[in-house]
Amino acid sequence: MNPIFSTGPSLLNRLALGLILSVSLIIFDHKFNGFGTTRVYLNSLVSPLQYLANLPGELINASLTRLSSHEQLLDENAQLTLQATLMSQELQRMAFLKEENIRLRRLLNSPSKQNTRKEVAELMAVDNNPYSHQIVINKGALNGVYEGQAVLDEKGVVGQIMQVSSTNSRVLLIADITHAIPVRVARNNLRLVVSGSGSLDELHIQHVSHSADLQVGDLLLSSGLGRVFPEGYPVAEITSIVRDETRPFAIVRAKPVAQLDRLKYLLLLWPEEPNSNAQPSSEEDQP
Amino acid sequence: MQFRAYLITFSLICALVLQIMPMPASVDLYRPEWVLLVLSYWTLALPHRVNIGVAFINGLVLDILLGSSLGVHSFAMCVSIYVLAANYQRLRNYSVWQQAIVIGVTSAFYNLIVFWLQHLLTDVYFLFTYMWPVVSSMVIWPWLFWLLRKLRRQMRLS
Repeated sequence: MNPIFSTGPSLLNRLALGLILSVSLIIFDHKFNGFGTTRVYLNSLVSPLQYLANLPGELINASLTRLSSHEQLLDENAQLTLQATLMSQELQRMAFLKEENIRLRRLLNSPSKQNTRKEVAELMAVDNNPYSHQIVINKGALNGVYEGQAVLDEKGVVGQIMQVSSTNSRVLLIADITHAIPVRVARNNLRLVVSGSGSLDELHIQHVSHSADLQVGDLLLSSGLGRVFPEGYPVAEITSIVRDETRPFAIVRAKPVAQLDRLKYLLLLWPEEPNSNAQPSSEEDQP
Repeated sequence: MQFRAYLITFSLICALVLQIMPMPASVDLYRPEWVLLVLSYWTLALPHRVNIGVAFINGLVLDILLGSSLGVHSFAMCVSIYVLAANYQRLRNYSVWQQAIVIGVTSAFYNLIVFWLQHLLTDVYFLFTYMWPVVSSMVIWPWLFWLLRKLRRQMRLS
Protein backbone atom coordinates (compact mmCIF):
# COMPACT_ATOMS: atom_id res chain seq x y z
CA MET A 1 0.00 0.00 0.00
CA ASN A 2 2.46 2.53 -1.21
CA PRO A 3 0.69 5.87 -1.18
CA ILE A 4 1.17 7.76 -4.39
CA PHE A 5 0.22 11.05 -2.87
CA SER A 6 2.13 11.93 0.24
CA THR A 7 0.27 13.28 3.21
CA GLY A 8 1.24 15.88 5.77
CA PRO A 9 3.49 18.90 5.23
CA SER A 10 5.72 18.91 2.17
CA LEU A 11 9.31 17.80 2.36
CA LEU A 12 10.64 21.34 2.10
CA ASN A 13 8.43 22.50 4.94
CA ARG A 14 9.63 19.62 7.07
CA LEU A 15 13.23 20.49 6.25
CA ALA A 16 12.64 24.14 7.13
CA LEU A 17 11.02 23.14 10.44
CA GLY A 18 13.88 20.74 11.28
CA LEU A 19 16.55 23.30 10.45
CA ILE A 20 14.88 26.12 12.36
CA LEU A 21 14.49 23.85 15.39
CA SER A 22 18.12 22.72 15.13
CA VAL A 23 19.49 26.23 14.80
CA SER A 24 17.43 27.51 17.72
CA LEU A 25 18.59 24.54 19.79
CA ILE A 26 22.22 25.26 18.90
CA ILE A 27 21.86 28.92 19.81
CA PHE A 28 19.95 28.19 22.99
CA ASP A 29 22.37 25.46 24.06
CA HIS A 30 25.67 26.97 23.04
CA LYS A 31 25.27 30.72 23.42
CA PHE A 32 22.99 30.83 26.45
CA ASN A 33 23.88 27.47 27.94
CA GLY A 34 20.16 26.97 28.42
CA PHE A 35 20.09 23.23 29.06
CA GLY A 36 22.02 23.12 32.33
CA THR A 37 19.62 20.91 34.27
CA THR A 38 17.65 19.51 31.34
CA ARG A 39 20.81 17.87 30.06
CA VAL A 40 21.06 15.82 33.23
CA TYR A 41 17.66 14.32 32.49
CA LEU A 42 18.41 13.92 28.80
CA ASN A 43 21.66 12.13 29.63
CA SER A 44 19.90 9.86 32.09
CA LEU A 45 17.30 9.15 29.43
CA VAL A 46 19.83 7.88 26.90
CA SER A 47 22.11 6.12 29.38
CA PRO A 48 20.46 2.70 28.67
CA LEU A 49 21.86 3.02 25.15
CA GLN A 50 25.30 3.68 26.60
CA TYR A 51 25.08 0.64 28.86
CA LEU A 52 23.95 -1.40 25.87
CA ALA A 53 26.86 -0.17 23.77
CA ASN A 54 29.24 -1.00 26.58
CA LEU A 55 27.97 -4.56 26.98
CA PRO A 56 30.09 -6.33 24.33
CA GLY A 57 33.27 -4.79 25.70
CA GLU A 58 32.31 -5.85 29.22
CA LEU A 59 31.58 -9.39 28.04
CA ILE A 60 34.94 -9.62 26.29
CA ASN A 61 36.67 -8.32 29.40
CA ALA A 62 34.81 -10.77 31.62
CA SER A 63 35.66 -13.74 29.41
CA LEU A 64 39.28 -12.58 29.20
CA THR A 65 39.56 -12.53 32.99
CA ARG A 66 38.10 -16.02 33.10
CA LEU A 67 40.52 -17.26 30.50
CA SER A 68 43.64 -15.61 31.90
CA SER A 69 46.13 -18.28 32.78
CA HIS A 70 47.40 -19.24 36.20
CA GLU A 71 50.91 -18.17 35.28
CA GLN A 72 49.75 -14.78 34.12
CA LEU A 73 47.92 -14.21 37.38
CA LEU A 74 50.96 -15.24 39.41
CA ASP A 75 53.10 -12.82 37.43
CA GLU A 76 50.66 -10.02 37.96
CA ASN A 77 50.38 -10.82 41.64
CA ALA A 78 54.16 -10.71 42.08
CA GLN A 79 54.32 -7.40 40.26
CA LEU A 80 51.55 -5.90 42.35
CA THR A 81 53.10 -7.12 45.60
CA LEU A 82 56.35 -5.47 44.63
CA GLN A 83 54.52 -2.27 43.80
CA ALA A 84 52.58 -2.37 47.08
CA THR A 85 55.81 -2.80 49.04
CA LEU A 86 57.41 0.15 47.32
CA MET A 87 54.26 2.22 47.81
CA SER A 88 53.99 1.45 51.51
CA GLN A 89 57.59 2.49 51.98
CA GLU A 90 56.77 5.77 50.23
CA LEU A 91 53.69 6.06 52.41
CA GLN A 92 55.75 5.83 55.59
CA ARG A 93 57.90 8.71 54.38
CA MET A 94 54.74 10.50 53.32
CA ALA A 95 53.22 10.44 56.83
CA PHE A 96 56.41 11.92 58.22
CA LEU A 97 56.65 14.56 55.49
CA LYS A 98 53.02 15.49 55.92
CA GLU A 99 53.53 16.13 59.63
CA GLU A 100 56.61 18.15 58.88
CA ASN A 101 54.82 20.10 56.18
CA ILE A 102 51.98 20.99 58.52
CA ARG A 103 54.45 22.11 61.15
CA LEU A 104 56.40 24.25 58.66
CA ARG A 105 53.20 25.75 57.33
CA ARG A 106 52.24 26.66 60.85
CA LEU A 107 55.59 28.35 61.29
CA LEU A 108 54.86 30.39 58.19
CA ASN A 109 51.35 31.16 59.44
CA SER A 110 49.81 29.78 56.28
CA PRO A 111 46.74 27.55 56.26
CA SER A 112 47.49 23.83 56.38
CA LYS A 113 46.13 21.49 53.77
CA GLN A 114 43.49 18.96 54.69
CA ASN A 115 43.01 15.58 53.12
CA THR A 116 40.61 15.61 50.23
CA ARG A 117 37.88 13.08 49.65
CA LYS A 118 38.64 10.73 46.76
CA GLU A 119 36.70 8.12 44.90
CA VAL A 120 37.68 5.71 42.15
CA ALA A 121 35.59 5.71 38.98
CA GLU A 122 35.74 3.42 36.01
CA LEU A 123 35.74 4.33 32.34
CA MET A 124 32.44 3.50 30.69
CA ALA A 125 32.67 4.82 27.17
CA VAL A 126 34.89 6.91 24.95
CA ASP A 127 33.24 9.26 22.54
CA ASN A 128 34.03 8.72 18.93
CA ASN A 129 33.20 12.30 18.10
CA PRO A 130 36.41 13.39 16.37
CA TYR A 131 35.92 17.07 17.17
CA SER A 132 36.00 16.74 20.91
CA HIS A 133 37.68 14.49 23.42
CA GLN A 134 35.28 13.31 26.06
CA ILE A 135 34.85 10.15 28.05
CA VAL A 136 32.01 8.80 30.17
CA ILE A 137 32.64 7.45 33.67
CA ASN A 138 30.41 5.34 35.89
CA LYS A 139 29.89 7.80 38.74
CA GLY A 140 27.18 10.42 38.65
CA ALA A 141 25.13 12.88 40.63
CA LEU A 142 24.07 10.11 43.02
CA ASN A 143 27.73 9.70 44.05
CA GLY A 144 28.09 13.43 44.60
CA VAL A 145 29.86 14.22 41.36
CA TYR A 146 29.43 17.84 40.33
CA GLU A 147 30.15 19.89 37.24
CA GLY A 148 33.70 21.22 37.03
CA GLN A 149 35.14 18.54 39.29
CA ALA A 150 38.77 17.52 38.71
CA VAL A 151 39.46 14.02 37.37
CA LEU A 152 42.87 12.34 37.65
CA ASP A 153 44.40 9.00 36.86
CA GLU A 154 47.34 7.31 38.55
CA LYS A 155 49.84 9.42 36.60
CA GLY A 156 48.32 12.88 36.40
CA VAL A 157 45.46 15.20 35.55
CA VAL A 158 42.96 13.82 33.03
CA GLY A 159 40.27 16.47 32.78
CA GLN A 160 37.19 17.85 34.43
CA ILE A 161 33.55 16.85 34.70
CA MET A 162 31.53 18.49 32.00
CA GLN A 163 28.03 17.03 32.32
CA VAL A 164 26.53 15.02 35.13
CA SER A 165 23.68 12.57 34.87
CA SER A 166 22.30 10.47 37.69
CA THR A 167 24.55 7.41 37.40
CA ASN A 168 27.28 8.46 35.01
CA SER A 169 28.99 11.62 33.94
CA ARG A 170 30.97 13.03 31.08
CA VAL A 171 34.58 14.13 31.41
CA LEU A 172 36.20 16.72 29.17
CA LEU A 173 39.82 15.69 28.64
CA ILE A 174 42.66 18.21 28.92
CA ALA A 175 43.51 17.47 25.26
CA ASP A 176 40.17 18.83 24.06
CA ILE A 177 40.49 21.97 22.01
CA THR A 178 38.14 23.91 24.27
CA HIS A 179 40.00 23.03 27.46
CA ALA A 180 42.74 24.98 29.22
CA ILE A 181 44.38 24.44 32.58
CA PRO A 182 46.58 26.79 34.61
CA VAL A 183 49.94 25.22 35.46
CA ARG A 184 53.33 26.08 36.85
CA VAL A 185 56.71 24.70 35.93
CA ALA A 186 57.93 22.37 38.67
CA ARG A 187 61.54 23.62 38.30
CA ASN A 188 61.02 27.36 38.68
CA ASN A 189 57.32 28.02 39.41
CA LEU A 190 56.79 29.89 36.15
CA ARG A 191 53.05 30.23 35.58
CA LEU A 192 51.60 29.10 32.25
CA VAL A 193 48.32 28.08 30.69
CA VAL A 194 48.18 24.74 28.89
CA SER A 195 45.42 24.32 26.34
CA GLY A 196 44.31 21.27 24.42
CA SER A 197 45.22 20.76 20.79
CA GLY A 198 42.49 18.37 19.68
CA SER A 199 44.93 15.49 19.45
CA LEU A 200 45.28 13.18 22.43
CA ASP A 201 49.05 13.22 22.83
CA GLU A 202 49.75 16.90 22.37
CA LEU A 203 49.03 20.05 24.35
CA HIS A 204 49.81 23.62 23.40
CA ILE A 205 51.21 26.30 25.67
CA GLN A 206 50.25 29.70 24.44
CA HIS A 207 51.61 33.18 25.00
CA VAL A 208 55.09 32.19 26.13
CA SER A 209 57.65 34.92 25.62
CA HIS A 210 60.89 34.00 23.86
CA SER A 211 62.92 34.70 26.96
CA ALA A 212 60.87 32.46 29.26
CA ASP A 213 62.99 30.00 31.18
CA LEU A 214 61.63 26.75 29.79
CA GLN A 215 63.43 23.57 28.80
CA VAL A 216 62.39 20.45 26.99
CA GLY A 217 61.48 17.87 29.63
CA ASP A 218 60.19 20.37 32.20
CA LEU A 219 57.33 18.96 34.25
CA LEU A 220 54.22 21.13 34.50
CA LEU A 221 52.12 20.87 37.68
CA SER A 222 48.62 22.16 38.14
CA SER A 223 48.81 25.51 39.89
CA GLY A 224 45.36 25.54 41.44
CA LEU A 225 44.81 29.10 40.26
CA GLY A 226 41.67 28.38 38.25
CA ARG A 227 40.02 26.96 41.37
CA VAL A 228 38.99 23.90 39.38
CA PHE A 229 42.02 21.67 39.70
CA PRO A 230 43.75 21.08 43.02
CA GLU A 231 47.33 22.27 43.27
CA GLY A 232 50.41 20.21 42.58
CA TYR A 233 49.29 17.36 40.34
CA PRO A 234 51.38 16.61 37.24
CA VAL A 235 49.75 17.71 34.00
CA ALA A 236 52.24 17.59 31.14
CA GLU A 237 55.84 17.44 30.10
CA ILE A 238 57.33 19.87 27.59
CA THR A 239 58.35 18.10 24.38
CA SER A 240 59.40 20.88 22.03
CA ILE A 241 60.15 24.58 22.11
CA VAL A 242 60.51 26.58 18.91
CA ARG A 243 61.90 30.06 19.52
CA ASP A 244 61.22 31.69 16.18
CA GLU A 245 61.90 35.40 16.70
CA THR A 246 59.70 36.40 13.76
CA ARG A 247 56.66 35.24 15.70
CA PRO A 248 55.31 37.14 18.70
CA PHE A 249 55.51 34.13 21.00
CA ALA A 250 57.50 30.94 21.26
CA ILE A 251 55.75 27.77 20.11
CA VAL A 252 55.77 25.33 22.99
CA ARG A 253 54.32 21.83 22.80
CA ALA A 254 53.82 19.42 25.66
CA LYS A 255 52.72 15.85 26.17
CA PRO A 256 50.11 14.96 28.80
CA VAL A 257 51.50 12.93 31.70
CA ALA A 258 48.27 10.92 31.99
CA GLN A 259 47.88 8.38 29.21
CA LEU A 260 44.68 9.76 27.80
CA ASP A 261 44.24 6.98 25.26
CA ARG A 262 44.66 4.23 27.86
CA LEU A 263 42.38 5.30 30.66
CA LYS A 264 40.70 2.65 32.76
CA TYR A 265 40.46 3.70 36.41
CA LEU A 266 40.06 7.33 37.28
CA LEU A 267 40.18 9.27 40.49
CA LEU A 268 37.60 11.89 41.43
CA LEU A 269 38.60 14.57 43.93
CA TRP A 270 36.40 16.58 46.22
CA PRO A 271 38.38 19.61 47.31
CA GLU A 272 37.87 20.89 50.84
CA GLU A 273 35.64 23.90 51.32
CA PRO A 274 37.61 27.11 50.91
CA ASN A 275 36.56 28.42 54.33
CA SER A 276 37.22 25.18 56.23
CA ASN A 277 40.95 25.16 55.55
CA ALA A 278 41.43 28.88 55.80
CA GLN A 279 41.75 28.86 59.57
CA PRO A 280 44.98 30.63 60.44
CA SER A 281 46.91 28.75 63.06
CA SER A 282 46.52 30.19 66.52
CA GLU A 283 49.36 31.52 68.61
CA GLU A 284 49.54 28.70 71.16
CA ASP A 285 50.01 26.11 68.39
CA GLN A 286 53.32 27.55 67.44
CA PRO A 287 56.33 25.90 68.96
CA MET B 1 3.52 -10.24 14.50
CA GLN B 2 4.52 -7.65 17.03
CA PHE B 3 8.14 -7.40 15.94
CA ARG B 4 7.09 -6.13 12.52
CA ALA B 5 5.86 -2.85 13.89
CA TYR B 6 9.15 -2.17 15.65
CA LEU B 7 11.63 -3.22 12.97
CA ILE B 8 12.48 0.34 11.99
CA THR B 9 12.85 1.48 15.60
CA PHE B 10 14.88 -1.60 16.43
CA SER B 11 17.27 -1.11 13.50
CA LEU B 12 17.73 2.55 14.43
CA ILE B 13 18.50 1.67 18.05
CA CYS B 14 21.04 -0.88 16.82
CA ALA B 15 22.61 1.82 14.64
CA LEU B 16 22.82 4.24 17.60
CA VAL B 17 24.45 1.57 19.76
CA LEU B 18 26.95 0.73 17.02
CA GLN B 19 27.66 4.42 16.61
CA ILE B 20 28.70 4.92 20.23
CA MET B 21 30.19 1.48 20.95
CA PRO B 22 33.70 1.89 22.41
CA MET B 23 36.37 0.67 19.98
CA PRO B 24 40.15 0.66 19.95
CA ALA B 25 41.45 4.00 18.71
CA SER B 26 42.92 2.47 15.54
CA VAL B 27 39.55 1.04 14.42
CA ASP B 28 37.61 4.01 15.69
CA LEU B 29 38.83 6.21 12.84
CA TYR B 30 37.10 4.03 10.27
CA ARG B 31 33.76 3.69 12.03
CA PRO B 32 30.99 4.03 9.43
CA GLU B 33 28.16 6.49 9.99
CA TRP B 34 25.77 3.78 11.13
CA VAL B 35 22.85 6.03 11.98
CA LEU B 36 23.05 7.87 8.69
CA LEU B 37 23.29 4.60 6.75
CA VAL B 38 20.27 2.96 8.39
CA LEU B 39 18.24 6.18 8.10
CA SER B 40 19.23 6.43 4.43
CA TYR B 41 18.03 2.90 3.76
CA TRP B 42 14.63 3.50 5.33
CA THR B 43 14.30 6.86 3.61
CA LEU B 44 14.92 5.27 0.23
CA ALA B 45 12.74 2.22 0.93
CA LEU B 46 9.82 3.73 2.86
CA PRO B 47 9.97 7.50 2.39
CA HIS B 48 6.43 7.96 3.69
CA ARG B 49 7.37 6.44 7.05
CA VAL B 50 10.93 7.61 7.62
CA ASN B 51 12.01 11.04 6.56
CA ILE B 52 13.12 14.30 8.05
CA GLY B 53 11.18 14.02 11.32
CA VAL B 54 12.79 10.71 12.27
CA ALA B 55 16.16 12.03 11.10
CA PHE B 56 15.78 15.06 13.36
CA ILE B 57 14.99 12.92 16.40
CA ASN B 58 17.91 10.58 15.72
CA GLY B 59 20.25 13.52 15.23
CA LEU B 60 19.15 14.91 18.58
CA VAL B 61 19.74 11.59 20.36
CA LEU B 62 23.16 11.46 18.70
CA ASP B 63 23.87 14.97 20.02
CA ILE B 64 23.04 13.89 23.55
CA LEU B 65 25.05 10.68 23.24
CA LEU B 66 28.11 12.36 21.75
CA GLY B 67 27.97 15.36 24.05
CA SER B 68 28.01 17.95 21.29
CA SER B 69 25.87 21.08 21.38
CA LEU B 70 22.22 20.10 20.94
CA GLY B 71 21.18 20.58 17.34
CA VAL B 72 24.50 20.05 15.53
CA HIS B 73 23.92 16.47 14.41
CA SER B 74 20.19 16.96 13.96
CA PHE B 75 20.88 19.85 11.57
CA ALA B 76 23.30 17.81 9.49
CA MET B 77 21.05 14.75 9.57
CA CYS B 78 18.01 16.77 8.41
CA VAL B 79 19.88 18.23 5.44
CA SER B 80 21.42 14.92 4.31
CA ILE B 81 18.17 12.97 4.64
CA TYR B 82 16.36 15.75 2.78
CA VAL B 83 18.66 15.25 -0.21
CA LEU B 84 17.88 11.52 -0.23
CA ALA B 85 14.15 11.90 0.43
CA ALA B 86 13.76 14.42 -2.37
CA ASN B 87 15.39 12.08 -4.89
CA TYR B 88 14.30 8.67 -3.64
CA GLN B 89 12.54 7.66 -6.85
CA ARG B 90 15.66 8.19 -8.91
CA LEU B 91 18.02 6.66 -6.35
CA ARG B 92 15.95 3.50 -6.03
CA ASN B 93 16.59 2.67 -9.67
CA TYR B 94 20.35 2.87 -9.31
CA SER B 95 22.41 -0.25 -8.82
CA VAL B 96 23.73 -0.87 -5.32
CA TRP B 97 27.21 0.30 -6.31
CA GLN B 98 25.93 3.57 -7.69
CA GLN B 99 23.89 3.98 -4.54
CA ALA B 100 27.04 3.38 -2.51
CA ILE B 101 28.70 6.32 -4.25
CA VAL B 102 25.67 8.54 -3.62
CA ILE B 103 25.70 7.46 0.03
CA GLY B 104 29.40 8.27 0.18
CA VAL B 105 28.79 11.78 -1.14
CA THR B 106 25.90 12.25 1.31
CA SER B 107 28.01 11.05 4.19
CA ALA B 108 30.84 13.41 3.18
CA PHE B 109 28.29 16.22 3.08
CA TYR B 110 27.00 15.19 6.52
CA ASN B 111 30.52 15.10 7.97
CA LEU B 112 31.35 18.48 6.50
CA ILE B 113 28.19 20.09 7.90
CA VAL B 114 28.97 18.70 11.35
CA PHE B 115 32.52 19.99 11.01
CA TRP B 116 31.41 23.45 9.87
CA LEU B 117 28.93 23.80 12.71
CA GLN B 118 31.53 22.63 15.23
CA HIS B 119 34.01 25.04 13.68
CA LEU B 120 31.56 27.89 14.14
CA LEU B 121 30.98 26.96 17.79
CA THR B 122 34.50 25.92 18.82
CA ASP B 123 37.69 26.36 16.87
CA VAL B 124 38.30 22.82 15.69
CA TYR B 125 40.78 22.20 12.89
CA PHE B 126 40.11 19.98 9.95
CA LEU B 127 42.12 16.78 9.80
CA PHE B 128 41.85 14.51 6.81
CA THR B 129 41.28 11.52 9.10
CA TYR B 130 37.80 12.93 9.82
CA MET B 131 36.83 11.80 6.33
CA TRP B 132 37.60 8.10 6.76
CA PRO B 133 33.99 7.31 7.78
CA VAL B 134 32.97 8.32 4.24
CA VAL B 135 35.01 5.49 2.74
CA SER B 136 33.90 2.92 5.31
CA SER B 137 30.26 3.96 4.89
CA MET B 138 30.55 3.40 1.16
CA VAL B 139 32.07 -0.03 1.70
CA ILE B 140 29.46 -1.08 4.24
CA TRP B 141 26.44 0.20 2.28
CA PRO B 142 25.89 -2.79 -0.10
CA TRP B 143 25.97 -5.27 2.79
CA LEU B 144 23.68 -3.18 4.96
CA PHE B 145 21.34 -2.63 2.01
CA TRP B 146 21.17 -6.38 1.40
CA LEU B 147 20.56 -7.17 5.09
CA LEU B 148 17.89 -4.54 5.65
CA ARG B 149 16.10 -5.38 2.40
CA LYS B 150 16.02 -9.04 3.37
CA LEU B 151 14.60 -8.13 6.77
CA ARG B 152 12.05 -5.77 5.24
CA ARG B 153 10.86 -8.35 2.72
CA GLN B 154 10.64 -11.08 5.32
CA MET B 155 8.57 -8.84 7.56
CA ARG B 156 6.59 -7.57 4.55
CA LEU B 157 7.01 -4.02 5.73
CA SER B 158 5.71 -1.25 3.55
